Formats: sequence, structure tokens, C-alpha cells
Amino acid sequence: MIVGLSHYLTVAAILFTLGIFGIFINRKNVIVILMSVELILLAVNLNLVAFSSFLGDLVGQVYALVVLTVAAAEAAIGLAIVVAFYRNRGSIAVEDINMMKG
Amino acid sequence: MYQAIVFLPLLGAIIAGLIAIAGAHQRHPGGEPGEHGDDGHAPAEPHALAVAEEDDEDDKHAHSHAPAAVGARPAELITSGFLVISAILSWIAFFSVGFGTEKAARYPILNWFSSGTLSVDWALRVDTLTVVMLVVVTTVSALVHIYSIGYMAHDPYRPRFFAYLSMFTFAMLALVTADNLVQLFFGWEGVGLASYLLIGFWYLRPSANAAAIKAFIVNRIGDFGFALGIFAVFHLFNSVEYETIFANAQTIVAQKLHFLSWDFDALTVVCLLLFMGAMGKSAQFLLHTWLPDAMEGPTPVSALIHAATMVTAGVFMVARLSPLFSLSPVALGFVVFIGATTAFFAATVGLVQNDIKRVIAYSTCSQLGYMFVGLGVGAYQTGMFHLFTHAFFKALLFLGAGSVIHAVSDEQDMRKMGGLRTHIPVTYWMMVIGTLALTGFPLTAGFFSKDAIIEAAYAGTVPFAGYGFVLTVVAALMTSFYSWRLIYMTFHGRPNASPEVMKHVHESPLVMLVPLGVLAAGSIFAGLLFEGTFLGEESADFWSGSLKALDGVLEAMHHAPFWVSALPAIGMAVGWLTAYYFYVRAPEVPRQLAERHDWLYRFLLNKWYFDELYDILFVRSAKWLGRFLWNQGDGWLIDGFGPDGVSAWVIDVTNRVVRLQTGYLYHYAFAMLIGVAALVTYIMFAP
Repeated sequence: MIVGLSHYLTVAAILFTLGIFGIFINRKNVIVILMSVELILLAVNLNLVAFSSFLGDLVGQVYALVVLTVAAAEAAIGLAIVVAFYRNRGSIAVEDINMMKG
Repeated sequence: MYQAIVFLPLLGAIIAGLIAIAGAHQRHPGGEPGEHGDDGHAPAEPHALAVAEEDDEDDKHAHSHAPAAVGARPAELITSGFLVISAILSWIAFFSVGFGTEKAARYPILNWFSSGTLSVDWALRVDTLTVVMLVVVTTVSALVHIYSIGYMAHDPYRPRFFAYLSMFTFAMLALVTADNLVQLFFGWEGVGLASYLLIGFWYLRPSANAAAIKAFIVNRIGDFGFALGIFAVFHLFNSVEYETIFANAQTIVAQKLHFLSWDFDALTVVCLLLFMGAMGKSAQFLLHTWLPDAMEGPTPVSALIHAATMVTAGVFMVARLSPLFSLSPVALGFVVFIGATTAFFAATVGLVQNDIKRVIAYSTCSQLGYMFVGLGVGAYQTGMFHLFTHAFFKALLFLGAGSVIHAVSDEQDMRKMGGLRTHIPVTYWMMVIGTLALTGFPLTAGFFSKDAIIEAAYAGTVPFAGYGFVLTVVAALMTSFYSWRLIYMTFHGRPNASPEVMKHVHESPLVMLVPLGVLAAGSIFAGLLFEGTFLGEESADFWSGSLKALDGVLEAMHHAPFWVSALPAIGMAVGWLTAYYFYVRAPEVPRQLAERHDWLYRFLLNKWYFDELYDILFVRSAKWLGRFLWNQGDGWLIDGFGPDGVSAWVIDVTNRVVRLQTGYLYHYAFAMLIGVAALVTYIMFAP
């Protein structure tokens, strides 16, 4: 079996969908949401790399590195916010976070 | 001169009104002039005064100590003086127009308004018909003014009362001097308004207010027809001036009025609509219910409005429009039918009433029916003659009744009177004269005019003339019975009043007795003196074309057989003897009769249940309709789907929308994703 572009895209799509549902279905923990966001970004990265290889264009792989960097920064800031939030509110359960309600 | 006759009462009304307003300001410094006496006493008002006023309303002149309004005396003198001048001028006008050389004339005053082809002038039309009415109105009104000085002496609101009285007189004079239908309508509504104010003069009594409203509303029903009649006249003649209408009446004889795919005879429709107004104003059968209730007003008001002047407006109007009515036999037949029915109906009810003023009120109703019978058979002169004589004796009876009521401390129930003859002899004899004239005792005023109407009904050729003849004869018998019943119950027999009341019984002051005397003289001699001029050989000369009688009726009337002229006299005698037997010789007979024919007695006592019938038919249904529109129309429809409904719907929707905003991050993210997906889908599949 030859692994082609469509296989990569399928895996990326599955990862992306998992990430989406991780955000929506999850009712427990903000950290899971952060992990889901990472998952989405990884799916995007997979796409970038797959197309880069398929098209023979290196810009895609360079861009994947940029995304990795941003994801790392995002994870750091996100976790810091979660910690600060926990200190203020005493909970990081998703159910309790509805302060955006008018 | 005619301007003075018409406008002096207005001037008097304005002056008295200003005095009344000034007095009200003085009573309630800083208060509204209109609210004196009702619940809103101004702070400066000492409470004791308020209590005294309310007592005064309860028993009008039982020696209360409420201070009279400032300027009451000048107001009385000014209005009465103007009315007396007006009355004297009217008599001069009566003789110069009716008997002298002066011809019918038109005195323009101003152009009231013009709109398109409709041009209405304010002008005084003076002919014989007008001067007859002028004499009746101003004479009775002047006497009532003078009488009221005595009768209302204890009332604190005299300036207001006299202002209303004079205003009423002015409106009536404007009505009878009108030159066109719109001016007539002005006076017509003016007397309606003044009668409303006067009936409700003691406005602290709920019954007076109810009576005033009833009179106003019932009159509005008639006025509705009257207004439609005026519109129809303008539609047909393109003018509302009498001259134009009468000159062109012949041309529309066969004309049809097309309305909702029906064709009506134009002239008949116009006459019937106008007569509807007359029915309301003159309290004819079906629209009569307001007249007896209007007795809530002070007694002089009853005499002025509900005996001699306002209720005759309808009679006058039909007589004035005689050139129109004469061309429509159907309308004339209807007039006879309604008049005869009223004469009979009111007389039957009058038989059993116990309130002294109500008996006279029903008698008025009945006599107005006579007048319409006279008009309806085409002998307008007889109707007008009866109006002329009736004004004297009916005003006399009312003012006499007022004198009686005054004497027995405001008791109006005849069952609580009796034996007053020796205590108030002058009043007694005045009432007897009035009764003789009303019942048609030979040579008194009523004898000539009533006989003339009955003979005219006998000789009449219009439809229902025979019906009118029979019913008026029967009514003459009953008239005699109830009139003498009134006299016997009030003045004869043993006193039924309490000893305290009997101790207080006193003859009225001279200022009240003099008008009675003048009216009594009129009641005796008016028929004798004027029969020839109104109905006899000189009548054509006298009326000189202001009335247009049906051809031959007057002639045929004079040739009526002897038994026809004798019938009312026989009826009068039978009624008198029956009353004498029932109420002097065998006072227990009426009670036995009433018990034996209980349902008949109740039927009559409750005025044929007209009030109850109207209550069910109109009042309740109107209330039901109002309630329905309120609950269903306003509550359900307007509030449900109108402004309130829309706002409620908006609130409802937004409440649902608000629930979308949960505050959960993942909901928002989901919404974003859906949006992005939709956008992408659109871009991918968009053409």
C-alpha cells in the first residue's frame, strides 16, 4: 500500500475533529481544552507538512515550525492563565466558568 | 324690537351667569368655579357651611341657613326684568302682526356661515306662527322667573338658576324665530342643553343627575333623526331656508330617494325623519320616557320646560314645516298615529301615579299627543291653538303644584297630602281653575282647543284619523278623571301628612301667587277670546299663510255633528263624577279595584314597563356591547395584537434569545465553528 497525500489529510482531519470535539464535549477541565487546541494545531501542522512534501515547496515546512513555536508559547501562556485563574476562583472546572454571561 | 325680544334673555343669562361665577369664586377662593358644593371643598371652606349646603339639597327650602350667593337679588331682578320687557314686546308684536297691519317679515342679523352652496344666515323670521310662540314662551317664562324668586328663595345658588332659566328662554326664542333649519337646530340643541342643566340643577342628588342624562340622551335619539332630516332637506332642495324649501316643495312630490337599493318617497322620508326629532323633543310615544323623570328638576323648571315651552318645540316645528307635511299623507297619518297613541297611553299611566308632579307630567305628555293629532289631520291651527291655551293652564298647574309642594315641606306624594283646601285656599282655587281648563270645562281655554282637535280628528281624511278621534275622546275622559283625582287627593279628605308638616302648611308668598293669578286668567279667557281668531272666520286673515292646512279640514271641522262636540264634554263629566265617587264618596273603591285587577294596576303604575323594556333592550345591551368591546375588543384584540401585544412578543423573543448567551466558552467556540463551516461551505459551493 502506498501512503499518499490523502492518507495524511485523513489523519489530519481525524485529529482536527478530535480536537474540536475535545473542546465541545469536554465538560470537566480547562486543561483538556488547551490540549484540544494543541491537537488542532498539530492537525494543521500535519496538513502543512503533507502539502509541502506533495508540492515540493519548503515554505510549508517552515510555516509548520512557526506554528510549533507559536503553539509552545500559547501553551505556556494558557497554562499560566489557568494557574492564575485557579488561584483567583478556586476551580478550573468548565461548568463553573460562565462569567461571560451578561 | 324683535332683536330685543330674542336677545334680552341672552343678555340676562350672561349677566346672571357672571354673577354666579363671581359668587362661586367668592365661596371658594382659589377654587375652580365649577366645583362649588361637590366633594372638593376648598381648604378655606368651613365645614359647617358644607353640611348646611347638603342639608339644603335634601329638603330644598326647609329653612336652611346656607348663605345665598352674593348678588342673588340683582341676578333675579335683572333676568326677570328683561323677561318681562321681552314679554311685553312680544304681546305688542302679537297684536301688530296677528291683528294689525304689519306683514310677515324677515330681519337679517348676520351671515352665520357659508360653505359651498350651503349658506346659513342668522335671521329672525317673524310671522303669525312666530309671534304666537313668542307670546307663549316669553309670557310663561317671565311668570316662571317671577315665581322662582319666591320658590327658590332658600336656594343658595339662585344666580346660576336664573342664568339657566334665561339661557333656556333665549334658546327657545332662537328656535321659534329661526329662518332656516340650521338656526332652528341651534335653538333645538340649546333648549336640550338648558334642560339638561336645569333638570340636574340639584346635582348632588344622583336621581337628578340620572334624570338629566336620560333627558339628554333620549333627546339625542330624536335629534339624530332630525339632523338626518335636515341633511335630506339640503340634499333635495340645496338649501335650508324655509322660503326656498316651501317654494319648491311641490316639485319634489313624486321624487324618490335612492338608498341601499331601495327607493323611498323623498318627501315622506324627510317628514318622518324630522318628525323623529319632534317625537324626542315633545316626548311622544316611544321617546316619552324622559319627561316624567325630568320632574327631578325644581318645579318652576318643570313648568317652564316640560309644560309650556321646550316640549312644544316639536309641535312648533311640525306646524312650521306644514307646507312639507301637508304634501305627505303618509307622514301625516304617522303623526296622527303617534299623537293619538301618546294621548291615550300617557292618560292611562296618569290614572294611577301618586307623585303630584308626575301626574301633571303625564298629562303634559297626553296633551302633546292631542296637539300632534290636531297637526296630523292637517288642521295645524287646532294644534297651535291647543299649544297656546295649554301653555297657560299647564304652567298654572305646575306652578300650583309647586306651591303645594312648597306648602307641605317638599312632599310630592299625594297619598301623604289631603285636606289642604282650607290651609292654602288661593292655591286650591288656582289649581281648580287649571284643572277645569285642562279637562275642557265649557268656556275655559281647554274646552275650545281640545274640542277643536277632536272635531278635526273626526273630520280628518288622513290615515288613522278615526283612530285618533276615538283615542282622543277616551283620553279626554281619563284626563278628567286623573286631574280631579289629583285635586281630591291633594286638597280634600282628611290630612294624611304628619302633624308637624301640617303645622307648617302655609300659603305661598305674593310673588308666587301673582304669576298664578295671571296664568289663571289666561286659562279661563284664552280660549274664549282667541278661538275666533285662531280657528274661526278670521283665522285665514290671522295666520295669513304662515300655516298651510289641508284643504277643507277646518271647514269640515266646523260642520261636525253635535254629538262629536258633545262627546268630550260628556267624557269630562263622567271622568269628574268617577273621580268624585272614587276619592270623596267611597275612598275604598280604588283600592279594591286595584286589588281586583292587580296586573292591570301594576302595568299602569309601572308606565307600561317602558323603562324596564328599554333597560333590557338598550341599556343592558349597550352595557353588554361595551363590556364585550372592553374585554374582547380592547383586552383581547388590541392588547393582544396591538402595541401591548407587540411589546410582549418582543420581550418573549428576547427572553429566549438571552438564554443563548450561556457564558460557556465552548458554546461560543461551537458557534464560531458553525459559522466558519457555513462560510467555507458557501465559498466552496457558491457559483
